[in-house]
This record gives sequence, C-alpha cells and structure tokens, in this order.
Amino acid sequence: MSRPGPTRIERRFARLREEGRAGLVVYLIAGDPDPDTSLALFQGLAEAGADLVEIGMPFSDPMADGPAIQAAGQRALKRGMNLRRTLAMVRRLRERDADTPYVVMGYYNPIYRYGVEAFARDAVAAGIDGAIVVDLPPEEDEELAEPARRAGLDIVRLATPTSDEARLPAIVGRASGFLYYVAITGITGTRSADSASIDDAVARLRRFSQLPIAVGFGIRTPAQAASVAKAADAAVVGSALVERLALNLDPEGHAKPGLVDAVLADIRALAAGVRTARLI
Amino acid sequence: MTYRGFKAGADWRITVRGIMQTPNSFRGGPDPRGHFGIYGGRYVAETLMPLVLSVEAAYGAAKDDPDFHAQLAYYLEHYVGRPSPLYFAERLTRHFGGAKIYFKRDELNHTGAHKINNVMGQILLARRMGKRRIIAETGAGQHGVATATACALFDLPCVVYMGATDIERQKPNVFRMKLLGAEVVPVHSGTATLKDAMNDALRDWVAHVDDTFYVIGTVAGPHPYPAMVRDFQSIIGRETREQMIKAEGRLPDTLVACIGGGSNAMGLFHPFLDEPSVAMIGVEAGGHGIDTGFHAASLNGGQPGVLHGNRTYLLQDEDGQIDDAHSISAGLDYPGIGPEHAWLHDLGRVQYVAITDREALDAFQLCSRQEGIIPALEPAHALAHVGKIAPDLPRDHLLVMNLCGRGDKDIFAVADHLGVQL
Repeated sequence: MSRPGPTRIERRFARLREEGRAGLVVYLIAGDPDPDTSLALFQGLAEAGADLVEIGMPFSDPMADGPAIQAAGQRALKRGMNLRRTLAMVRRLRERDADTPYVVMGYYNPIYRYGVEAFARDAVAAGIDGAIVVDLPPEEDEELAEPARRAGLDIVRLATPTSDEARLPAIVGRASGFLYYVAITGITGTRSADSASIDDAVARLRRFSQLPIAVGFGIRTPAQAASVAKAADAAVVGSALVERLALNLDPEGHAKPGLVDAVLADIRALAAGVRTARLI
Repeated sequence: MTYRGFKAGADWRITVRGIMQTPNSFRGGPDPRGHFGIYGGRYVAETLMPLVLSVEAAYGAAKDDPDFHAQLAYYLEHYVGRPSPLYFAERLTRHFGGAKIYFKRDELNHTGAHKINNVMGQILLARRMGKRRIIAETGAGQHGVATATACALFDLPCVVYMGATDIERQKPNVFRMKLLGAEVVPVHSGTATLKDAMNDALRDWVAHVDDTFYVIGTVAGPHPYPAMVRDFQSIIGRETREQMIKAEGRLPDTLVACIGGGSNAMGLFHPFLDEPSVAMIGVEAGGHGIDTGFHAASLNGGQPGVLHGNRTYLLQDEDGQIDDAHSISAGLDYPGIGPEHAWLHDLGRVQYVAITDREALDAFQLCSRQEGIIPALEPAHALAHVGKIAPDLPRDHLLVMNLCGRGDKDIFAVADHLGVQL
C-alpha cells in the first residue's frame, strides 16, 4: 500500500526550500536517560526548532557509535527501552505533532528479531516516516527495503567519504526520503570534517541524486551547523546533544531537574545557526 | 530447538532436516555475495563497504596467485612449524576404552595455537594490499599474540583490542603481546569481553580506512572473512587427511573440535565435509549449563540474528539485544559463531554439542596427567566430549580431536578455579 501524495519528509524539505533555508535534524536515543524524560525531550524538539527528528533505537552493540551514544543506548536499555516501546513512544509523539518527520535510526538485529514485515507495518502505523539502518548496506538491505516500500516507509541510505563514483550508483539507486552523508570516516561524536570537504561531497552527491541531502557526524556547534547548512539541505546533530543530556545527570544516572530545558536550549541555538546560514 | 542428534560414526545423511534442500556439496559456499544459505553476508557500515569489497578482490586475486601460496607455505613450514603432528593418544585411548583417539597437534605451532595459520595468510594479504597498520581483536589472547608476532616479523605497527575482563584473566598473553611490540587497548564498553573488543576494532577500522587492515581471528565478520579464514585454517584438515591415510590407510570416522567463533573446527572439518563416512562434532562452551542461561553456546542456546558483519546464531534477548556469553575459556566467550557453522548446523551436516566449565576443567587435568600435554581450556571442551562418546565407540573407530591450543596461558585461571594459590 503506497501512500497517496507527498510524504511528510517530502513536504518538510519542500517547505524548507520555500523558506530558502536548510533544516536542522536532531538525533536523540529513545528512552535516554529514562522513558519519561525522553518523551518530554522529543515532545519539545519541534518547538525548539528541529525540522526533522531522528529517533535512535538503542542497541547493545552500536559498532558505528562513539562513547557518548554508546552510553546513551546503555542508559536507555537499562531503563527497559526496546523496539516495541520505541514505537509506542512515537505513537504518543504523533498524537501531538502531525507534521514533523520522524526517522528511526539504529542497527539491524532488533529489527530482524522484530520481523521486517511487522517492523515496516508497525513503524508506519506509529507515525514513523523513515528508517536508517547503519549496518545494512545496499548489498543487504533489500529484505527490509521491499516490505518498507510496500508499507510506505522510506529507507534512508548513507553515503560516506569512502563512497567514490564507482560506489555511489549502488547507494543512490534505491534510496528514498533523503540521503544521509556521513561527513567523516569514523564513529559518531569523535571529530569534525572541514567545511570544504563537506561542500565537495555534497556537490558530488548532487550529481548522482535528486534527493535532499542531510549531513551528519561531527556537527556540534551552531557555527558548524550553519556552515553545513550553506551547502546541504539539512544538518544532523546528535552526539553533542547526547553529551549535553549526560551533563545533566546525577551520579546515579538520573535526570536532574533542568535536563530537558538544557538540551532544548542547545537545539534553539543550533536552529538559529541553521536559519542564519544562507543570510550571511 | 528442533535439533535431532546423531551418533558419532552414523551416516549424517539421515539427519538432514526434511525441509532443507541437501546441497550437492557442503564445500561450495559461500555464494558470490558471501551467503551460506541465509547466513553470512556483509552487514557493515557503508564507510567500510568499499574496504570490505577491496579485501574480497585482493583475496580473490591472491587465491589464484601461486606466488602467494608459495610465500604462505614457506612461512607455515619454517616459521610456524607445520605440518603439526597427528598424534595417537595411546593412554587416553586406553583410558576411555573405545575409539582410537588421535590429536591434531596444532598447539605445537609457533605461538601455541592454530590462530597463527590464519594470521600468516592475512598479514601476507595486507602486505599485498599495501596496508601499513594492523588491528585485531582478541579474546583469550591467542589471536592477539599471533597477530602481534606476525607484525613483529614484518615490521608492521599492531593494535590489539581486548576486553578489560579478558585482560585480567589472560595476563601472560597481554604481556606477550607487549613484548612483541603491539599496543594492547583495553575495552571497557559492554561486557568488556571479545564481542566488545570486536566492536572497538570495527570502530577503529572505520576511522582508519586508508592505511589499516583488520585481521579478524575467526570464521566470522563480513564476507570475505568467514571464507578466507576458513581457507587459511583448512590446512589443519588437509594435513589430517594425509596423515591419517598414512597412519591408518583410510579416512577418520569422527572429527571433534571446540567452537568459539569456530575457526579451528572449520579448518579441520572443511576438507572432509563431502566425505559421507566422516562424522563431525563441534563442541560449544556450555558455561554453567545451557539451562542456566550462563553459557556461550550460540547454536545450542541462541537464535539467528545479525552482528559484527554477518547473520548467524547469536545469544540475544527477544528485543534482539545481544546477551553476555559466559565461559571459563576466554577464547570461547563469544555470543556468536561463524555463519558457515550456522548453515552446517541447520543442514544437520555437523553435530553441535555443549560442554560445561566443570567438564572442561576435568578434561584439562585428565589430558595433562594422561598424555603429558597441558591443553588450552578451549580444546579441553572438545576432549570432554570425546570422553563422553569414545567409550561407546568400537576400537577401530578413528577419532581425531583438534588440540588447537596449549594451556600455558590458562594455568593461572585454572589454579584459581581449583582453589590453588600460585
């Protein structure tokens, strides 16, 4: 069953184009540091200026993630978060926000265990628009992409600095929603790419695909977000926000009172950075 | 589990599950995309895909290059000390009173285990590819020591990722690696054991794609690693075949090997997979017992899933989160298993059993006293199973157990378990 008309992701990027600016994509892990605080955070993202929301699905062995997101996933798992509860959380978010695109991001094993058909169906029913599965390269993703297409769930593909011109056609071939450019060769939250290399990469990707391009990995400050926003269609910020969250935990790992406001304040600053990008 | 066991020595063909198609050959895998049935594959981050494809291409070329094979054969003979003997374990044979027991003595290799067979192959491949930096993961430390050894030989910088828990229980090997010039990086994430070391090795690789070769220690990971490591380890089975024909004039009847990731077992089994008369048994680490939940037996107590680049049987919960493995043996303490084993398990071609910590400890001591060989805790699991089946097998039944590592590294841990102060 394919959805009639443009998807939420398409509508959101169309609106960003009308506004003449790039978007801010915010990544947080579902259930971090606990399910209630996490729900409150996600409910505040759109108002704070997030244009798209990436919802990290916690996994015990996140091979592409650095220490900050590893720890976040462990916190969430320890508080009982799992894929079923992540979908339930999105259902609640969707009740209040019909427009913000939600994209889940994580690793394949929990999806595989849940069942690819059931996952695609339940994700769309919960109000999820797309999925990024880090360890499912184009060579392996058809078993998820096929049921996802039928359910109307975009499978967002990743391009990286190692994606040369020989590799890119395989990546963009069946990509949908948008392309996610991983700006560094490395794990999340470790280092940042220089803006010239990001500009070059985005230009190269545009020769291969019409899809909007979001750039992530290593974007930490409003200035970096603004710099990326000049070339790309969206800037993704994750680890820096997860680190801010972690700074607002007490020694037992419980949320301190100001946690939600502190994270949302950072998002406001990032959103402002993205919004000024093409004015200067 | 729907597993239907079979007796060692019985014809395996009657055990193949009805729903599965029996392939024409059990040695034909993987397919061009690295799949053994539904298992295997290349489940890695996109950043690594071009690299994984380049390893596949380079290995494909090396496989067809007589110079590569000649080079490898040279180092295996003169540096590793191959062929390893096929030794008739006379006293243990008498002790069990049944099958004629042979040990394939891969513990006599340089560095004390089978791991070096594969490392030599991969290091030579890394050199062909012009890679200047080597990384590896290690559990018991045997693969780390083997990698550090080969890196010293070829003057390559070597970084070994090792779980902090394993560093504590395998101190002699940690010191060996440092003596050999390797950097040992303690891994504190997760359970601080082999799976976490593999996570961090993969994280390192993603961050150093240009100059680094990842030497994986077992028949797991993204294609081409499971097939490549199997090919390098298959020298164990090829030698066994020749040596057994020389000693007894015929093929062995039963092969037994312990399984963590499964590289020593695959190396022994693979050359015999299409011999219908040869039964094969892989011995997983049963920890405190499968029923307790504290074990490392992926096939006997796990479910199919995707981790570390391949689909295979994994210890995991209902949500697909990876469970901790538990074994007295750091080398078997891994929640997964090579994908080819998963496939052979489903087909019923190889039987997979589990042995507890306690049984392995007993076999460790038995082997030391009966044969004057202190085995590693890993093959002590295999020997414990041999002790269960050998007495009921006829005296002309030829059983080969892969004695894949020596026990020097384990004496401190074993003393601890036996309540002995050193």
